[in-house]
Amino acid sequence: MTSPPVNAETPASTEAPPVSDPLLRIRGLAVDYRTGREWTPAVRGVDLHVEPGEFVSLVGESGSGKTTLIQGALGLLPAAARIRSGSIAYSDVDVTGWNDRRMALVRGNYVGFIPQDPNTSLNPVKRVGQQVIEAVRFNRPRGTPAARYREAALESLRTAGLTDTERVFHQYPHELSGGMKQRALIAIALAGRPRIIVADEPTSALDVTVQKRILDHLVRLRAELGIGILLVTHDLGIALERSDRILVMRRGEIVEEGPVERVVAGATSEYTRRLLDAAPSRHAGRLTADSAVRPQPRPGAVALRAEGLSKTYRLRNRAVLRALDTADLTVREGTTHAIVGESGAGKSTLAGILAGFVAADHGTVHLGERRLTGLPRKRLRELRKDLQFVFQNPFTSLDPRFTVRRLIAEPLRAFGLPAGDRVTELLAAVALDGSYLDRLPSQLSGGQRQRVAIARALALAPRVLILDEAVSALDVSVQAQILRLLVDLQAERGLSYVFVTHDLGVVRLIADDVTVMRSGAVVETGPAEQILTAPRHEYTRQLLDAVPGALV
Amino acid sequence: MTAFASGWARRPVLVVAWLVVLVAIGWAVAPHLFTSYSPFTGDPSASFAPPGAEHWFGTDRLGRDLFARSVYGARTTLTATLLAVLIAFGLGAVVGLIAGFAGGLADTAIMRVVDVFLAIPSLLLAMVVVSVLGYSTNNIALAVGISSIASFARVMRAQVLTVVNQDYVKAAYGLGVGRLGVMTRHVVPNSLSAVIALAALEVGTGVLAVASLGFLGYGAPPPQPEWGLLVAEGRDYVAVHPYASILPGLALAAVVIATHRISTSFRKENHR
Amino acid sequence: MTPVLHYIALKTGRALFVVWAAFTVTFVLLFVLPANPVDLLFDPAELNAIPPEVKAQVADNYGFNEPVVLQYLDRLGHALTGDFGNSVQSGKPVVGAVLDVLPSTLALAAGALALAVLIAFGIALVATATRRAWLRNLVETLPSGAVSVPVFLSGVLMLQIFSFQLGWFPSFGDQGWRSLVLPLVTLAIPVAGPIAQLLVRSFAGEFHSGYVTTSWAKGATRGRIIVGDVLRNAALPALTIAGVTFGNLIAGAVITETVFARKGVGRMTQTAINTLDLPLVAGIVVLVAVSFAVINLAVDLIFPVLDPRLRATLTAGNPG
Repeated sequence: MTSPPVNAETPASTEAPPVSDPLLRIRGLAVDYRTGREWTPAVRGVDLHVEPGEFVSLVGESGSGKTTLIQGALGLLPAAARIRSGSIAYSDVDVTGWNDRRMALVRGNYVGFIPQDPNTSLNPVKRVGQQVIEAVRFNRPRGTPAARYREAALESLRTAGLTDTERVFHQYPHELSGGMKQRALIAIALAGRPRIIVADEPTSALDVTVQKRILDHLVRLRAELGIGILLVTHDLGIALERSDRILVMRRGEIVEEGPVERVVAGATSEYTRRLLDAAPSRHAGRLTADSAVRPQPRPGAVALRAEGLSKTYRLRNRAVLRALDTADLTVREGTTHAIVGESGAGKSTLAGILAGFVAADHGTVHLGERRLTGLPRKRLRELRKDLQFVFQNPFTSLDPRFTVRRLIAEPLRAFGLPAGDRVTELLAAVALDGSYLDRLPSQLSGGQRQRVAIARALALAPRVLILDEAVSALDVSVQAQILRLLVDLQAERGLSYVFVTHDLGVVRLIADDVTVMRSGAVVETGPAEQILTAPRHEYTRQLLDAVPGALV
Repeated sequence: MTAFASGWARRPVLVVAWLVVLVAIGWAVAPHLFTSYSPFTGDPSASFAPPGAEHWFGTDRLGRDLFARSVYGARTTLTATLLAVLIAFGLGAVVGLIAGFAGGLADTAIMRVVDVFLAIPSLLLAMVVVSVLGYSTNNIALAVGISSIASFARVMRAQVLTVVNQDYVKAAYGLGVGRLGVMTRHVVPNSLSAVIALAALEVGTGVLAVASLGFLGYGAPPPQPEWGLLVAEGRDYVAVHPYASILPGLALAAVVIATHRISTSFRKENHR
Repeated sequence: MTPVLHYIALKTGRALFVVWAAFTVTFVLLFVLPANPVDLLFDPAELNAIPPEVKAQVADNYGFNEPVVLQYLDRLGHALTGDFGNSVQSGKPVVGAVLDVLPSTLALAAGALALAVLIAFGIALVATATRRAWLRNLVETLPSGAVSVPVFLSGVLMLQIFSFQLGWFPSFGDQGWRSLVLPLVTLAIPVAGPIAQLLVRSFAGEFHSGYVTTSWAKGATRGRIIVGDVLRNAALPALTIAGVTFGNLIAGAVITETVFARKGVGRMTQTAINTLDLPLVAGIVVLVAVSFAVINLAVDLIFPVLDPRLRATLTAGNPG
């Protein structure tokens, strides 16, 4: 066991940095990953600095190297990675190549870290208080009385914005909500009294309203404690709304850097401009189809109607969960009806019932004139020709052993229809050429997989498509392409969409009608225009308020 | 082809493992190609010869060549193991598939029965079964096979349950594929890979179980060469003539270690 | 009924069912399936020489002439009072005969288990804590080696090296702790293998989990992370293979006791099977199943105490 780090040994106090020194300065950092016997660069010579009291955001899509960069800064690179060149300095103390023992004196003490997923980032078998106390103890001089640790830990939890700190102190992580866990992790990051906090996508696992509160709090901490913040995010909206300065990263390089106003006014890099354009909040209204004139839906014609749907689940501990409470829904023919809500709103349960995957306890669903609920399996199968479903995650919804050809032909085969040319035709409809026919899902990118999933859903020429968070797992730029594809397909084929999402920004781009849900019940329903600009319900207003990037 | 060759060159241990298994299979299929001695008749005047150029593993009390007995013993032991694994794999996979796919009452009933068989250690169960059936190598195979059905069933069921809850299975139902189609086209192929890795592992464990029962004397009667029995025969003279017991035992251990290594490589392929 | 009581009742019920079913399976295997169970009681070589009246008499003594259902109920009734009949060979009550040799096996099994757990944790800790890749690779191959070497071979090797060559320990028999050392090590090796395999995997998994990153970021050192965070979370899964471990102990004990000619339940099982001492075999199988059920029940009841998440699903609504 090493002795607890003593303050006098930390760079913070030995160097007594002059005000001009940046809290963190990274120069020419290059990091490689081992793949087989070769080294592949993940970060290629990045410069970055954070000044005292500054809020800096590092923006990038998946695979941009942003996470590797901050792992490098914290000395937390996995074993398969190595720093090829460059330096990392905290307040002008060069820590490049420091081993774990020496880095332990810097971590917590000088730099605090807020991880991405609060659900896996706390030790499940230790009480929260204990975990905060550790963070205090590791970073205070030895010999501090135990009671002081406890006091400091409670103080830290309060600073992180938790109210009932005594109670949280004695609870286990699983007894807290996602937002509270993230606050506990902020408390842990603050416990060592760091001068800079690095946050890796701290809110991407949280609901928008919770996200807003956490980000508000980080901004407040910066102001109150005068610490520097380095926020890593994929969401340009968040970065623009919250930071003083942003850096955009792509393929291991910084492609854009500057104060927010400058970037918004005129991004120098082509990539940043594309990102800005792709951001849903950038668009005032619904996307319009390129290819064809949108067929005017027959006024009053209803594609899908749900009435009084309810569903309760019995949990293992015999408690009862009301997943859905007398929900109604009407989808007009040829239009997109978005269902929005945060986690636990019941929107996925509703989608599952509409698709016939889940049986409702009460209520009915009609597809056109035909009743869908309570049908035996065989009759339900017949309705599948008219009603199809696209899943959230294209990485799990395609059988890994099937080629693209087999995947798209599967529904045709199931109904004894000829496949052949139809498969190529469908693939072309989602803008993929014949060269993809014999590939396996593992050989496709996320966006390509989702295109294949859409082609498969269209194979039987359905009239209604249920899309369950169908673009949520994709990067913003890919998301924009898929949304455009959906809009075009709708125009060409007169499809009706039920579009389930947690992202109000996306709703703006695609929806004609919107239904807002919370805790299994419908809060508000109406035309998109009215819901998004003049919501009647307080909760809808909160949701809209929480959407980042409203400034853009 | 070059990628294939370099792939193997990067894993020398795996190459050795495959070689060991292939040689063992060669011993079982065509023992006469590997030794010119008879496993049954020896030269009594040359009893207890130490290992050397003449007799690689030495000779036993009756002057029989122990290398020849080990080579011929591979047939008895490996055939019994193969039979055992086929029984366990075939029945276990079917039972596990039914339990996992049907769910509900059928699942509960099957799994309670599986619990019971798991409660009796498999060596003990095999001993009881073989005592009822009578001593012979075939019955050992049957006993080892029966006593491993439960663990195969459990792995298969767990795997089926994982696959059944995957989005792509739900998607197949949503596309209008029937239950039978979903089972044969999605569930079975995607579940089998894990069970096949277990089967490879079970070959090693099966060799051990067959040889253990042979060692305890429940297998082929003495003049027959069988790996477990060879160790048991040599054990009586271990103080003066240790090779008689240890060298056949090491051959056996090498085969088991090799199958474990191969099974691990299967598992890693699956995870990719 | 409170959820906790419900959980305990469910698990206890399941344990009782396993014991009852194991008894039934054994009964079917030994007394129903064989066409003439009475034949199994005689030496096959002398079977033809035995006069039919004697066979009939013996069959009558063992109740083989009664209807199967009556035989079953009779045996079940007696078993419930702890009476598994008398051993054919010794004529002594089965339970007494087993209890006579049980202490010797318990000493062997308990010692081997303790040693195996120590070895397994040692391997997992070294594999996790070391920064030297070659050492980690070497240590990680040990478990699969341990499960691959047949117990009878390692036993014979132990005898050859430590008893005959070096003369450190006695080779056979039952002479105090010195004669326990070799069998104990022999038995510990195959038992340690699967535990070590599991621990190496779960240590590695936990070591790369999110909360460990949090701990690094707190400023914790490698040692603190392994002891304070990884150990408890990684050790929990080892309890789930308690049943497998128990099976390995029993199977290993049969062979170890045979190789070292120690008295014990394992060797008694082997002789009972060799001599087709059916009541003794049945008694031993049921007793083993009882031990298995008790161990699994203990694990089921201990688990919620060690894992607060599981505890929470039991005590719905009032956490803490």
